[in-house]
Amino acid sequence: MSRETEELHRRLLRARDTIDRAYARPLDVRAIAAVAHLSPAHFSRCFRAVFGETPHRYLQRRRVERSMFLLRETGRSVTEVCFDVGFASLGTFSRTFRAIVGETPSGYRRGNGPVVVPGCVQMAQFRISRCPAAGPSLATVPASAAKENAK
Amino acid sequence: MITKLNVTSIFVLDKDEALDFYVGKLGLEKGNDVRQGDYRWLTVRVPGAAGAEISLEQPGAPLHDEATAEQLRELLTKGALNGLVFTTDDAQKLFETLKERGVTDFTQEPTKHFYGIDLGLRDPFGNAIRIVQPVG
Repeated sequence: MSRETEELHRRLLRARDTIDRAYARPLDVRAIAAVAHLSPAHFSRCFRAVFGETPHRYLQRRRVERSMFLLRETGRSVTEVCFDVGFASLGTFSRTFRAIVGETPSGYRRGNGPVVVPGCVQMAQFRISRCPAAGPSLATVPASAAKENAK
Repeated sequence: MITKLNVTSIFVLDKDEALDFYVGKLGLEKGNDVRQGDYRWLTVRVPGAAGAEISLEQPGAPLHDEATAEQLRELLTKGALNGLVFTTDDAQKLFETLKERGVTDFTQEPTKHFYGIDLGLRDPFGNAIRIVQPVG
């Protein structure tokens, strides 16, 4: 029984890694489920049981996290950033961004500057918490402090 | 004072399979491989470097009861345990070499950052491995 669980976890992790790697492509749950060799419905149930959220939600958080990076670190327009991270429409991007971050993409850009920790640390620390009440993370470092670090 | 990090350890599901991956695919070399009764002290390390040895440990007796070992295996395979960070002199070339050796579980292809170029992959069990080619 345990061995089956381990193999399932490893396949689900491989699928989650695919989301992290290929977020910018037009991924859908069917394509991601295929990585884990599961039907879409069964995959979504298993993913949620193991990682605590649906694969769709995980993909949204990954895309929003990447968009936050591009808004902070580049001069690309909000529309360009939206398509860069895999959203198909500006409306969906703005709505999802606001729902997850709590402010608009351009509002976020105004309030935050570049940061200097390595990409893997950013990927972990800047992922939007599932729980809005979670304590402070790197993402809450004021723009002024981040700019100070960058010097 | 402490002078060196000597041994660090990661959990694996199977020591032989781990050895095949870390030596045969990733290109590390075998360090210690010593048996003491049922226990096998198995380490790998970066070739030629006087750096830390990486001990490959299977969850289970005598350190863990079976329920604990099962929890560790489940955490390992869902990627919730810690990983390793290496440096390389050529991230792109290493990426090509790893692909030729049959590595498929890349979490990130070589990507340029201000601190260098890095890539990410997973070992067969779910441990995260990051390899950085520093700037300069």
